Amino acid sequence: MNDLTPDQTARATALKGMGSSRKRVEDARFTQGKGNYVDDIKMTGMIYGDFVRSQYAHARIKGVDTAAALAVPGIIAVLQAADLAPLGLHWMPTLAGDKQMVLADGKVLFQGQEIAFVVGETRAAVADACELVVVDYEELPVVVDPFKAMAAGAPVLREDLAGQTKGPHGDRIHHNHIFRWEVGDKPATEAVLAGADVVAEEMVYYHRTHPCPLETCGCVASMDKINGKLTMWGTFQAPHVVRTVASLLSGIPESSIRIVSPDIGGGFGNKVGVYPGYVCAIVASIVTGRPVKWIEDRMDNLMATAFARDYWMHGKIAATAEGKITGLWCHTTADHGAFDACADPTKFPAGFMSICTGSYDIPVAYLGVDGVYTNKAPGGVAYRCSFRVTEAAYFIERMIEILAIKLNMDAAELRRINFIRKDQFPYQSALGWEYDSGDYHTAWDKALKAVNYTGLRAEQATRLADFKAGKTRSLMGIGLCHFTEIVGAGPVKNCDILGMGMFDSCEIRIHPTGSALARLGTISQGQGHATTFAQILATETGIPADQITIEEGDTDTAPYGLGTYGSRSTPVAGAATALAGRKIRAKAQMIAAYLLEVHDNDLEWDVDRFVVKGVPERFKTMKECAYAAYNQAIPGLEPGLEAVSYYDPPNMTYPFGAYICVMDIDVDTGVADIRSFYALDDCGTRINPMIIEGQVHGGATEAYAIAMGQEVAYDEMGNCMNSTLMDFFLPTAWETPHYTTDHTETPSPHHPIGAKGVGESPNVGGVPAFSNAVHDAFRSFGLTQSHMPHDHWRIWRIANQLGLHE
Amino acid sequence: MIPAAFEYHRPKAVADAISLLTQHGDDARAMAGGHSLIPMMKLRMAHIGHLVDLQDIADLKGVTIGASIRIGALTTQAELINNTALTTAAPILKEAALQIADPQIRNVGTVGGNVANGDPGNDMPGLMQCLDATYTLTGPRGSRDVRARDFYQSAYFTSRKDDELLVAITFAKPVGGYAYEKQKRKIGDYATAAAAVQIAASGGRVTAASIAMTNLSDTPVYSAAAGAALVGTACDAAAIKSAVTAMLLDINPASDNRGPVEFKRHLAGVILGRAIARAFSRA
Ligand SMILES: Cc1cc2nc3c(=O)[nH]c(=O)nc-3n(C[C@H](O)[C@H](O)[C@H](O)COP(=O)(O)OP(=O)(O)OC[C@H]3O[C@@H](n4cnc5c(N)ncnc54)[C@H](O)[C@@H]3O)c2cc1C
Repeated sequence: MNDLTPDQTARATALKGMGSSRKRVEDARFTQGKGNYVDDIKMTGMIYGDFVRSQYAHARIKGVDTAAALAVPGIIAVLQAADLAPLGLHWMPTLAGDKQMVLADGKVLFQGQEIAFVVGETRAAVADACELVVVDYEELPVVVDPFKAMAAGAPVLREDLAGQTKGPHGDRIHHNHIFRWEVGDKPATEAVLAGADVVAEEMVYYHRTHPCPLETCGCVASMDKINGKLTMWGTFQAPHVVRTVASLLSGIPESSIRIVSPDIGGGFGNKVGVYPGYVCAIVASIVTGRPVKWIEDRMDNLMATAFARDYWMHGKIAATAEGKITGLWCHTTADHGAFDACADPTKFPAGFMSICTGSYDIPVAYLGVDGVYTNKAPGGVAYRCSFRVTEAAYFIERMIEILAIKLNMDAAELRRINFIRKDQFPYQSALGWEYDSGDYHTAWDKALKAVNYTGLRAEQATRLADFKAGKTRSLMGIGLCHFTEIVGAGPVKNCDILGMGMFDSCEIRIHPTGSALARLGTISQGQGHATTFAQILATETGIPADQITIEEGDTDTAPYGLGTYGSRSTPVAGAATALAGRKIRAKAQMIAAYLLEVHDNDLEWDVDRFVVKGVPERFKTMKECAYAAYNQAIPGLEPGLEAVSYYDPPNMTYPFGAYICVMDIDVDTGVADIRSFYALDDCGTRINPMIIEGQVHGGATEAYAIAMGQEVAYDEMGNCMNSTLMDFFLPTAWETPHYTTDHTETPSPHHPIGAKGVGESPNVGGVPAFSNAVHDAFRSFGLTQSHMPHDHWRIWRIANQLGLHE
Repeated sequence: MIPAAFEYHRPKAVADAISLLTQHGDDARAMAGGHSLIPMMKLRMAHIGHLVDLQDIADLKGVTIGASIRIGALTTQAELINNTALTTAAPILKEAALQIADPQIRNVGTVGGNVANGDPGNDMPGLMQCLDATYTLTGPRGSRDVRARDFYQSAYFTSRKDDELLVAITFAKPVGGYAYEKQKRKIGDYATAAAAVQIAASGGRVTAASIAMTNLSDTPVYSAAAGAALVGTACDAAAIKSAVTAMLLDINPASDNRGPVEFKRHLAGVILGRAIARAFSRA
């Protein structure tokens, strides 16, 4: 190289490639209020739709009087199930193989269910008209408890399934039963339990909550009657899948459907599925020939669109007297609400719950899950997690603590002696997964040291003594968690959504002057894809990240992909991006060789250029190669510099982490102060450390919310008790704990860049850490299990039941 | 959450506002900061044909501090917090106002709206009962004064007539120590339990005490007996306990998402105990 060439490090830094804490390119518009969300879309002639929703959780609909609503000036139509039936659209398939009413077909099954869709010229007129629709209900008995739903004489919820003893996932054993899913070796596990030194048993409930993204769900559907093209803008985490579903439902060819996800204000799984609002907006647009906007309000979102969790996990864990785990048994009763609208890969009706052996070397295990219908909203989505991984992690991390109590052991030590060792990877779990890589002991020891674990336990003992001596009314809890996730769904051989293999894609165009455009099959909802994917490409191609535009979310331009959820974007689309980048580089190498008049193999890659081996002053930069691709006739090479890659991952990735939460609990008021929260994440190769830190802060805050107060609860009548943000806990900056982040780096051996995904880890690992801290504070008074959320009154109740109040 | 259509009025004088309220009767409603009223309209729990916005009525604004303190109804919660003379004269106002909602809401929400609203969750009504404040109401038949301790009848029902405006709140400059203690689930939440306490002391003994509780009944609860239990004592544990016992006879909390009745009763006692201890330490 000549004297003017900056050195390697300077050139690599200038690229802002992998490892750089590059500032998020999205933030300029988001922080200035210049994002473009669905509700920002305004079109000429656009009209509005909204729902009349059920007041009751279970009722027969005897009649719907729309006369007064239709008389409101500006009201165009009030759609009911009967209007959709001729199109076959009054019911729609769910992602879980069930079907769901689009508009109430004779009865309603949950409070907030869609009964009629009112369409009008203004949003205000539509709201007025909704209030004037008179629904004649005949109330039916309500079931909100999944165990009662499975009782012999329980009311029949899904009359449409009468006589159907087979469901999409096997036999239905009761009229309110959806499926039974079993993994592992039941007899062997039960034999181990029967002969074990120690067995700890508990019912662990992970309560119903809701992803509650800041932006609610919505869409604008526009049917152009001249060219027959349907365009739909919406809050879609999987736009291509929406296009395929829309085509299958409507009969419109996919080539005439364009789905666009503009900026999305958070998804967290809430925006994966297809909702009645989308179907009704499309129908209304086809009928009227005008664009139709439907946007949920907060109550609609909390009451009717997909909830998360609601798993009753009955666990038994067996161990030797020394604490070596010998077996794990779990039976889960899964409350899916009125329709099975979970968003899981088709073959996994309980998602990846079978990761519930966690970070531990457990020789034998069994998991059975029964899905049950109740009079609650449908859903069961992966709220900032990969398909029921949060439930699995919470289950095993509670069971470990409960076992530690039974063994009278330190819970950190119990974990350590049971971790899968580094030399056991790739590790075959008892429930069928192949963990790709991990180094749990290193992470765990680093975490315990960082928080001064021994010191904390000593302080806790002093506090306890003071409490017993009447010197303080505050107890200290130390919440431990070592989680293992399974993300990056997934290999096409066993992962699909509605038959679509869960690969993902990237398409790159290098422009003549050396900048680039890359399009992916995923869609950012705040994760910062435009920032990080450009960094992967910068490292792979030597083009500065600042000169790479990332586009996602428009099905007319982006390559087919399965979207963003389950921490799959980096493991799957990120791999496609790296591989497409490598295709670019391979072609550029041939161009450079031609320009330098050497053989391809005489060149080596050096950050942003090809250098003739041993002759450093002879090189061609990627920028020069790009130009040559467009202005030179190179024998044997097509002009242009583009590449496409579709990536089918060979395996999932298995991020892990060690979290430790310390809290002080006022036993008289139930107030818990989070004193510190340490989060060590190992997500393999780190693309942008700053974004990772931001993801950890965000996910841990959602975990804090879920563990400490957030829930969707129902009364006996099936009324939703948390339908506004007054009662649904979203922490403000004030309540949000301070986080200390840390990391180890164990690259995934099968991923092109070794990255594993991180966006969901803090939610998966955070919930057990917070919850375990609450339990730990009361451990010495005999508490083994108390269900979340740990809000003030429930913590107070623990203290009260343990006799800690006078 | 879109309100039904309404007519919007913006009078400049108290008399004009009152004639609008008289003219439209039931169908009209005064609006101050709108931060209780507008949510109710959006939820369509309040249907209001004529909204009478008080913002332009200068006579409803301003704070006067003398032997007694007079606060115009339209004074915002933020203005209470930022008025240093007021904080010196009656520091409990700032301590309480800082525990209401969040800065954005306090910039708009008014003291008058807070006390006139009649929501048992509002913090100012209990505070005003503790201070033994007087509300001045003006209507078509002239003005009258009602004590805060007599004003609240049940949730959202007060002794204010539909055609009356709350003009100002007046109370004697408080003496001694004070505390406003509130437990809530998060910023922006109403109280699970809150206590307003003023204590005057001399020679280590309580000479006067005033206690009111928030969100523990369908109205704020002034507990004369709780205050009386402290008078003459050194505010020791036993005295606090008898004040708490007296208070518990006066409240009647309901179970809701914040917790069951037993929890609220227990918490009310803890919160009051802490408020008394802090007020006495400042007396
Ligand atoms: C998210 C949120 C959290 C909140 N948290 C708290 C809290 O923790 N504690 C708390 O105390 N409050 C809380 N509030 C309520 C807030 O303090 C309101 O501002 C206050 O209750 C009402 O004041 P306003 O000026 O907004 O009145 P408005 O909403 O305008 O009016 C309220 C009622 O009073 C009547 N009214 C208003 N002014 C007069 C007048 N001069 N004469 C006659 N009638 C009148 C109106 O007709 C209406 O019925 C919260 C509000 C929100 C939105």
